[in-house]
Amino acid sequence: MSADVELDNVTIRFGSFTAVKGATLKIENGEFFSFLGPSGCGKTTILRTVSGFLDPSEGAVRIGGKDMAGIGANRRPTALIFQNLALFPLMTVADNVGYGLRVRGVPREERARKVDDLLRLIALPDQGGKLVSELSGGQKQRVAIARALAVEPQVLLLDEPLSALDLKLRQHMRNELRNIQKRVGITFIYITHDQGEALTMSDRIAVMDAGVIEQVAEGKSLYDNPATAFVASFVGENNPFPGTVSRTVGDHALVETAHGPLRGRNPKGLKPGDKAILFVRPEAFSVGVGTAEATISSTVEAVTFEGNTSHAYLKGKGAKPITLTIGRQSDHALPGQGATLAASYDPTKALVLPHGRLASE
Amino acid sequence: MSSRGLVYLIPIAVIAIFWAMAVWEKRRGLDDPSRKGFVQQNGILLSTFFVLAVAFWTLFLVVLPYMYMVQESFHPSLWPKDRGGPKDVLTLEHYKYFIYGLQTGTEASYNVTHLYAFWKTLLISLCVTFANFCLCYPLAYYLAQSAGPQKLRLLLIALIVPFWVNEILRAFAFRVLLSSNGLINTALINMGLIDTSFDFLRADIGLYLGLSYAYLLIMVFPLYNGIEALDKNQIEAARDLGASWWRIHKDVVMPFAKPGIASGCTMVFMLAAGSLAAPQFLGGPNTLWFTSIVYDFFFQAFNWSRGSAYAFILLLACIGFVLLVLRVFKVSLGEIAR
Repeated sequence: MSADVELDNVTIRFGSFTAVKGATLKIENGEFFSFLGPSGCGKTTILRTVSGFLDPSEGAVRIGGKDMAGIGANRRPTALIFQNLALFPLMTVADNVGYGLRVRGVPREERARKVDDLLRLIALPDQGGKLVSELSGGQKQRVAIARALAVEPQVLLLDEPLSALDLKLRQHMRNELRNIQKRVGITFIYITHDQGEALTMSDRIAVMDAGVIEQVAEGKSLYDNPATAFVASFVGENNPFPGTVSRTVGDHALVETAHGPLRGRNPKGLKPGDKAILFVRPEAFSVGVGTAEATISSTVEAVTFEGNTSHAYLKGKGAKPITLTIGRQSDHALPGQGATLAASYDPTKALVLPHGRLASE
Repeated sequence: MSSRGLVYLIPIAVIAIFWAMAVWEKRRGLDDPSRKGFVQQNGILLSTFFVLAVAFWTLFLVVLPYMYMVQESFHPSLWPKDRGGPKDVLTLEHYKYFIYGLQTGTEASYNVTHLYAFWKTLLISLCVTFANFCLCYPLAYYLAQSAGPQKLRLLLIALIVPFWVNEILRAFAFRVLLSSNGLINTALINMGLIDTSFDFLRADIGLYLGLSYAYLLIMVFPLYNGIEALDKNQIEAARDLGASWWRIHKDVVMPFAKPGIASGCTMVFMLAAGSLAAPQFLGGPNTLWFTSIVYDFFFQAFNWSRGSAYAFILLLACIGFVLLVLRVFKVSLGEIAR
């Protein structure tokens, strides 16, 4: 059984601090949905509200169409996987996995059978007698998943469960999580500050900043069509050129920036005089002079060779250098440090968005 | 050699045995050669101080007085001039007295008063320990898991400050509250809940309250330590999996805090069974506390031998009981000391 999750104008306040402001979205039945944002953006608060450990100050949480107000964490059809897993150290693996069934009064034989099934699902058969402390990091991870799945939740909530693992294992567990989700077919809500995790695993992603949901979209469209300056700067690398819109041409706009007038798509329909930021992704640049309104020229600060690609860092007018990716197939020789380099981009790949907060790295 | 001489010989023998074991270990090369010796690690001055301080503590404050008491309990109570004389023989008369009392006739009789006091002391101590646990567990849980740092400090001060007041004074304060025309009875009568005053002291309620309160901190702090180390996420994980609040405590909190619980309970039990002030001042007229009997043998009857025997019986009973409880709850002595 699986269920959709609906947040209806959910606001959560702690005293005078507002952690989440008017979050409204619908997570579809059986979807792998991620909340992505920097730490302190309110994503864990949303998760705790869905799981029932927090009550929304305003608005409602509905699971499977049912309002969850007044229903405690122990009676919701959700199961939570904690950041530190929170396995019970004094119980065996089997007792951990079977705990939710035990408190529900499931008879011993049935419990043992289900625990066996789950241990097989997470590829840890015959390990039920071990203590949790005898397992490796990845195994503990899988036990935590099995423990949560044992109670047959309609929605599984995951609070950055991979953050404690090393890189290799993390990448492996991403695939594993995705596979488990496909097999059990229930709704997964995943919390992370790691965009790589969110992009590889999720069907859809909600990007959050300072308690506000900035955009909800599939990973590809988040990357190609970010809705706000924050999303544009947070998801993937991006070069911001702040300025004022001077002219609009069809669905393009011209922004007067510190690097001169630059052109890009104008999906938000900004008008001349509006404060705006033009974003150009590093890979959208190519070396050499292009059209006048899509070329910048500056001193090369540094060049890094990374095998299949190289990066050049140009001195920008802002605090950060302008990054451009030079592909392997490019027949240009790598520019030298201190040289002046002209780089141009395809204006349809650049984006003009309303002025807003950027993600601080 | 009289048995009194043994008291002084045994500690020396024990020291000699340990010394010999250390030397033997060194000869056999059993100790890790890379490990620094105690003296090398702490310097000659500090290590001398440590050894002397620990030796003084164990020998003069623990071993010798207790050994003296134990051997005294196997001697008859004699005038000083008879000590060491022909009448000074080893005897079990004090232990027999505890069970049978004075054998006047040929008929077997039992020392009902003392045996009854003994069991009652242990039973009431057990009840006090249980009541104290029930009182302190929620408090300790709140302090350890729920209270914010400021509230925690305030509550700890509120718990500790009353214990600056002298124990006897505190016992009398309970008397003032509970006596026939004390505060509580007056209030109850004025409210029309009872007609005549209720004798809380005769019903031993004063004793229970006084003892529980006297050892409140002894129970709260081990529990607090035990619960405080528990990861809050574990409690939430259990709740998320559907456990009710009492199951969370039974399955997650209590097993985790078991060493703290055992440590608090054993200490309160031992101290309650050996307490003197609270039972003296708050015990009902029908409740004879075992330590009061011991006290009377020492300071009223001047029968130190019999007093020693009684004290020793109480000590053994308490230790045996505590070990039994630890065994039942599968806690090792080492865990308690954590």
